[in-house]
Amino acid sequence: MPVSKETLDEIALSRKEYNLIVEKLGREPTPVELGLFGSLWSEHCGYKYSKALLRIFPTAGKHVLIKPGEENAGVIDIGDGQVIGFKMESHNHPSYIEPYQGAATGVGGIVRDIFTMGLRPIALMNSLRFGPLSEPHNRYLFGGVVGGIASYGNCLGIADVGGEIYFDQCYTGNPLVNALCLGIGRSDGLVKARASGEGNLIMLVGADTGRDGLHGASGLASRTFEEVRELRSAVQVGNPFMEKLLIEACLELAKTDWIVGMQDCGAAGLTSATIEAADKGKSGLDIDVRKVPRREKGMTPYEVMLSESQERMIVIVKKGYENKVKALFDRWELHSDIIGTVTADGMVVIRDGAEVVANAPVKLLNTPPVYRLRPTRPGWLDELQRLDLNKIKNIAPGKTGDMLLKLLAAPNICSKHAVYRQYDHQVGDNTVVLPGSDAAVLRIQETSKAISMVTDGNGRYCYVNPFIGGVIAVAEAARNTACSGARPAAITNCLNFGNPEKNDVYYQLQECIKGMSQACKKLKIPVISGNVSLYNETRGIAIFPTPVVGMVGLIKDVKHYCSAGFKHGGDIVFLIGEAADDDSIGSSEYLEMAHELVKGSQHIDIEKEKRVQACVIRAIERGLLNSAHDCSDGGLAVTLAESCILGNIGFTGKIEAKGRLDAALFGEAQSRIVVSANPKAARRLETLALRLNVPIARLGITGGVQCIIKGYIDLPVSRLHQAWWNGLLNH
Amino acid sequence: MKFGIVVFPGTWSDRDCYYSVHNILGQKAAYVWHKETDLSDYDCIILPGGFSYGDYLRTGAIARFSPVMEAVAAFDKKGKPVIGICNGFQVLCEAHLLPGVLRQNDHLEYRCQWTFLKTENIATVFTHKCRQGQVLKIPISHYEGRYYADDDTLKKLEDAGRVAFRYATPGGEVTREANPNGALNNIAGILNAKGNVLGMMPHPERSCEDVLGSTDGNIIWESIIAGI
Repeated sequence: MPVSKETLDEIALSRKEYNLIVEKLGREPTPVELGLFGSLWSEHCGYKYSKALLRIFPTAGKHVLIKPGEENAGVIDIGDGQVIGFKMESHNHPSYIEPYQGAATGVGGIVRDIFTMGLRPIALMNSLRFGPLSEPHNRYLFGGVVGGIASYGNCLGIADVGGEIYFDQCYTGNPLVNALCLGIGRSDGLVKARASGEGNLIMLVGADTGRDGLHGASGLASRTFEEVRELRSAVQVGNPFMEKLLIEACLELAKTDWIVGMQDCGAAGLTSATIEAADKGKSGLDIDVRKVPRREKGMTPYEVMLSESQERMIVIVKKGYENKVKALFDRWELHSDIIGTVTADGMVVIRDGAEVVANAPVKLLNTPPVYRLRPTRPGWLDELQRLDLNKIKNIAPGKTGDMLLKLLAAPNICSKHAVYRQYDHQVGDNTVVLPGSDAAVLRIQETSKAISMVTDGNGRYCYVNPFIGGVIAVAEAARNTACSGARPAAITNCLNFGNPEKNDVYYQLQECIKGMSQACKKLKIPVISGNVSLYNETRGIAIFPTPVVGMVGLIKDVKHYCSAGFKHGGDIVFLIGEAADDDSIGSSEYLEMAHELVKGSQHIDIEKEKRVQACVIRAIERGLLNSAHDCSDGGLAVTLAESCILGNIGFTGKIEAKGRLDAALFGEAQSRIVVSANPKAARRLETLALRLNVPIARLGITGGVQCIIKGYIDLPVSRLHQAWWNGLLNH
Repeated sequence: MKFGIVVFPGTWSDRDCYYSVHNILGQKAAYVWHKETDLSDYDCIILPGGFSYGDYLRTGAIARFSPVMEAVAAFDKKGKPVIGICNGFQVLCEAHLLPGVLRQNDHLEYRCQWTFLKTENIATVFTHKCRQGQVLKIPISHYEGRYYADDDTLKKLEDAGRVAFRYATPGGEVTREANPNGALNNIAGILNAKGNVLGMMPHPERSCEDVLGSTDGNIIWESIIAGI
């Protein structure tokens, strides 16, 4: 019997895909099988539109142990037998529908990805995008998301060390909520997400299964949506306390030799957890849904297999060890039930008691079609990238102080302390640099090592020029990493885009990935994990293409790290990099604030970027710098003001305005870092820059209580602080 | 000298406390599972921070019924030192080993930040290494940290010098602005009548190393170690 269009729509499969399933199976799929295909062939699980493009990313590197797609998260070696795993994931659609639970369960999901591997989660970060807070619904979403992240993360006792938050009208119908988790462990203690060994047992641990989150993968994450209310039941409800118990119990279990693998139940619940594990283990499965403990009566096998109830884990237990495993979970007051066995025939058999309700090959289920489109460049990009500077009125010297205060108070630039203070960012006794600097720094206990963490991604740059925007996303994350004194080690990413079936969106996706890949190759930074969030559209309006980069860097000696605020009076302040050119007001915060324009492409020379970063990293490693802060949103004047604010120290100096004054002060020219150094170290710094062929210029000196840029700015640091500190609250 | 660090389901400062007293201060320490009832091996008991039982029902309300809490009460009877930090303070109040309660912060938000504590009583096993009025830089991290007690109880505490720490400015002034949660009289930590049980919302185990921004937490640990 042919299925209806409504049924296919509900699971987001096309008629063509359905026909392919029938052809490969040699028969019509059963309802349960159709549910399995719908989930595993969704964009969210199967990456059918993005897979071909994702292959462009460089994934090899000297530190890389586990590459993208191999396990739940990528892993790098940090020496001494220690490894770090991290990954970023989106929870955009659920957070729009139910912000508090959507964001909370986003944290829960990414944390499970990490401890599933035997790694102890030690840090979280969040990259958030909302519409302007002047609209009440955006404010509701913002408050809910931040509250959800705080409540879930704080309860787990994992430090949330910040991230970034941006606002733009395009995110009004589609907020972005990306969560990154990082864990630490030993290379010989990694657990794989594999189901193998005929006769081994499949155990389900943690929460009971309910109807929450049905169609999360195929419905919410793999198509655009118009009506919020009808999908609310597709959002799950989190229980962070149970997750905390799971963390401790699973990490204890990871140290034993009683199991062959572990996998969390995330998108598409039991379906993806078990079938992906079987695929990786080259095995089959035999599962009886009657053995799955439920929290609701009357659930069908289809519902049990597709439920996205949170805080559940699949453990593949070696035969004969089931009682030991059960006793371990009992001690943590967690349920554990054997729901099936591993088989050798490569088939997924799902039973409802005596009745077989699904019987399909693992390989087929786990091999969705891969689509590669040939997009054409949208014509509207020409207009967007053109910026006629003659038509844009330059700023008058008398207005520069007011503009600086306005920019410092702008939602995209101002202090986000009102958010970060709601996150426990110190638990774990590792956090050296707290949220609010260019990058967070965490020391590695019982070693002299430290790591830096940062998230970055400028949707506006990518909207105007997807390729350059992609390059800058990686370059800026690396620049922030360099400002902390760390050498970039690897990245994870979250690619937030609209509907890939549309030419223009696919083009944006392709160009952003190409740009990011080029930057990764030139800067020698591999991509070790990531996630794709497509269909970020509501009522036909797509978000800015927003790739978010999460980068981890390594610091050899925690004594030599750096942060953004000035440290001492009397230090010399330098600009490493070149003075801003006039074009650098393109796509800038200033251009939008002063002229209400989003246009004009940024540009970047990645070779120059590389030299600037190398110079700053070496200078910090040699102990030459007291502060380092990258020039980004708001340009050089904002960068200097922020270093004053963060250090509560004044500055006196000058900025050369060779061309336009607004560009010199507020242009967002790339590859520039403002540093401060003791006068005794200043000479050595200049020599180093000269040797590395990096432009360096003395801007002035720290000290006093005023921030003075001669001729243009003369304001008390306290006034700058007030504007910046209260910006978000007054927004 | 051996510290016993109690672990309830949902506790998370246990590892930080262990790291501080063992790795930083070189003392013996062991985790005490909440079902244990024998504490004879220990010289000081730490009830660490976290979300015991998810803070469901009310912070500390379920943990107080754990078997270990009877043993903690007996430990207290012997006059041995017990320190409850954050969630540990909440558990001690629920167990009536300390008076009063910790209510939701007055601004109704979780708050993680550095605070400055004025040491009000230095004649205790926890503070005798402090100078009178010494200001300690120690961070908080809580949603329910606003100390509250009825007027009589509060007066008794104040009259008997049982307020151990108050939130203050870096210069030691006790002001409204320095109070991060609306606690009565800026109270950050209190003692029982005998002075052997301390409950405090700030986390001394997070301020034991320069690299983390402060070593002031060590003064509390060192007082305990020297006092036993």
